[in-house]
Amino acid sequence: MKFSSSTRNLLQRLGFGALTLMALVTVAPIIGTVIYIFAQGGPAMSWEFLSGFPRDGMRAGGILPAIVGTLYLTLGTAIFSVPLGVAAAIYLAEYAPDNHWTHLIRIAIINLAGIPSVVYGLFGLGLFVIFLNFGTSILAASLTLSIMTLPVIISTSEEALRAVPQAFRTVSISVGATRWQTIRRIVLKEALPGILTGVILGLERAAGETAPILFTGAAFFLPRLPGSPFDATMAVPYHLFVISTQVPEMPIQIQYGTALVLLIFVLGMNLIATVIRSRARARRQW
Amino acid sequence: MNKILIESLSLQYSDGTESLRNVSMGIPANQITVLFGPAGGGKSTLLRCLNRLNDLTEVRASTGKILIDGENILDPKTDVIALRRKVGMVFARPVALPMSIRANLTYGLELAGEKRRSRLDEAVERSLRLAAIWDEVKDRLDDPAIALSGGQQQRVCLARVLALQPEIVLLDEPTSGLDPISTGKVEAALQELKKDYTIILVPHSVQQAGRTADHAAFFLQGELVEYRPGQEIFTNPKDKRTEDYVTGRFG
Repeated sequence: MKFSSSTRNLLQRLGFGALTLMALVTVAPIIGTVIYIFAQGGPAMSWEFLSGFPRDGMRAGGILPAIVGTLYLTLGTAIFSVPLGVAAAIYLAEYAPDNHWTHLIRIAIINLAGIPSVVYGLFGLGLFVIFLNFGTSILAASLTLSIMTLPVIISTSEEALRAVPQAFRTVSISVGATRWQTIRRIVLKEALPGILTGVILGLERAAGETAPILFTGAAFFLPRLPGSPFDATMAVPYHLFVISTQVPEMPIQIQYGTALVLLIFVLGMNLIATVIRSRARARRQW
Repeated sequence: MNKILIESLSLQYSDGTESLRNVSMGIPANQITVLFGPAGGGKSTLLRCLNRLNDLTEVRASTGKILIDGENILDPKTDVIALRRKVGMVFARPVALPMSIRANLTYGLELAGEKRRSRLDEAVERSLRLAAIWDEVKDRLDDPAIALSGGQQQRVCLARVLALQPEIVLLDEPTSGLDPISTGKVEAALQELKKDYTIILVPHSVQQAGRTADHAAFFLQGELVEYRPGQEIFTNPKDKRTEDYVTGRFG
C-alpha cells in the first residue's frame, strides 16, 4: 500500500497518540490508588495512631503493635534470606559449572518465584509451626517469608554479579588472587548496589504479604508488643485485612490510615532502592 | 641460558577451537621473544599456559611440559598463585581495576600479604617509573585509574604487573588499541625492562614484531613453523609459509 506523505504523517501521529494513551492507562491506576489512599488515610495520621495500642476492639487508638510486628518480620526475613540468597547467587554466578544439575537449580528458583503466597503459608505451617514446633511465631513467619523472598534475592543478585565485567576477574587472578579473593575484593564490591536493590525489593514484598504469615505468625490482636521470636505478632498487612473484613462498624479512616502506613513503608523501601541504584550508576567505573 | 623450556606442548579447548600442536621451544632470559602469526595460531593460548591462566578456560587435553627454571609448571602440584606472581601478564585491552591508580598497583602486593605502607609506596613509584608513566600520574595517584587515557591505562597495567617484581612478563598484543605515540612509549619501556626481565610479546603487527624482537617465533594454526634468533626470520625466512606471511601474501 502507498500513502501520501500527509497521510503517513497523520498515521504516525495517531500511532504515537495511541501509545501515549496506553502508557497513561498503565500509570493512572497507580497514581489514582496512591492519591486515594493518601486522601482517605491522611486524616487518621496522628502521633497516637502511630505510637498507640488499639482500643475499643481496634475501632480506635493506634496500630503500634502492627507496625513493630512488620518491622520484626522484615528484619527476621532479612536475617535468613539475605545471607542464604546472596551465597546462592555467588555460587550460581561464580562457581557453578554449566550442567544439568545447575540447570535444575535454576528451574527450581524460577518455579519457586511462581508459587502463590498462600501455598508458602501452608508449607510454613506444616514445616515450621507444626513439624519443627516453632509455634505460631515471628520465627516461623520470618522463615516462611524468607523462602518466598529467596528467589527474588537470588536472581537479582546473580544478575548483578554477572554484570561485573569478566576482565576484572581475569586480571585479578593474573596478579595472584584466588577466586574467593577476587569475588570478595572486586566482584562483590562492584555488584553490591545491584544486590542491595534486589534485597530491598524482595523484603518489600515480604513486608506487604498477608497470606504467608496468616497461619504462621500473625495474631488477630495482641495487647502488648512481642517479647521474643517465639511470640506471635500483629502485622500491618494482616491488621488491614482484619479491620477491613472481620470487625463490624470499623471507622473508615482507621482502615485507610493503616493502608497508608503500609504504602509509605513499601514506597519508602522502594525509594531507598532507587536512590542506591542511581547513586551507584553515577559512581560506576565501567 | 633458557629461562623457559617448552617440550612437546599440545592443547585443545573443549569447544574444539584454538589449539597448540606439539610445540617445543626454549625462551632465553633477559631478551624479548616475540610470538607472531595470524589470529587463531595459538600465540595467546601459549602465553596463557605460561602462567596457567588457561586453568580458567575449559581445556580438553594438554600434554607436554613447560619448564620454568627447570620446574614443570603444568604439574598439578604447582603453586599457581606463586607462579602468577612470578609470571605477570599484560592483556590486549587495558583493564584498569575499578579503583584508584595506587590501589591498582598495590592490589597484587596486598594479596601477597604486604601491609607496610613504605614498601607499597616504594613499589608504586618504582613500577610506574619502569613503565614510563610516573611523570604523567604522580600527582593523581588517588584518582580512579579509569580516568586515564587508554595508552596511560595500558602502562599502568604494565606497572601493576611489575609491582609484583615478576621474573617473566607476558604481553598479549599490549598496544593493539593504542595510538602510535603510546605504542612507542610501551615499546621503549620494554627495551629497558629486558635488562631485568624475560619478556614474551605477542605483537599486534609484523612491523612491531620486527621492531622489538630479539628472537621471533612464527605460529600458524597451532603449529610453531619457524623459530630463529635475532631478526633473520624477517629478512631471510626459511619456511615458505613464514616468507608468505612476513612479506604480506596472507594474514
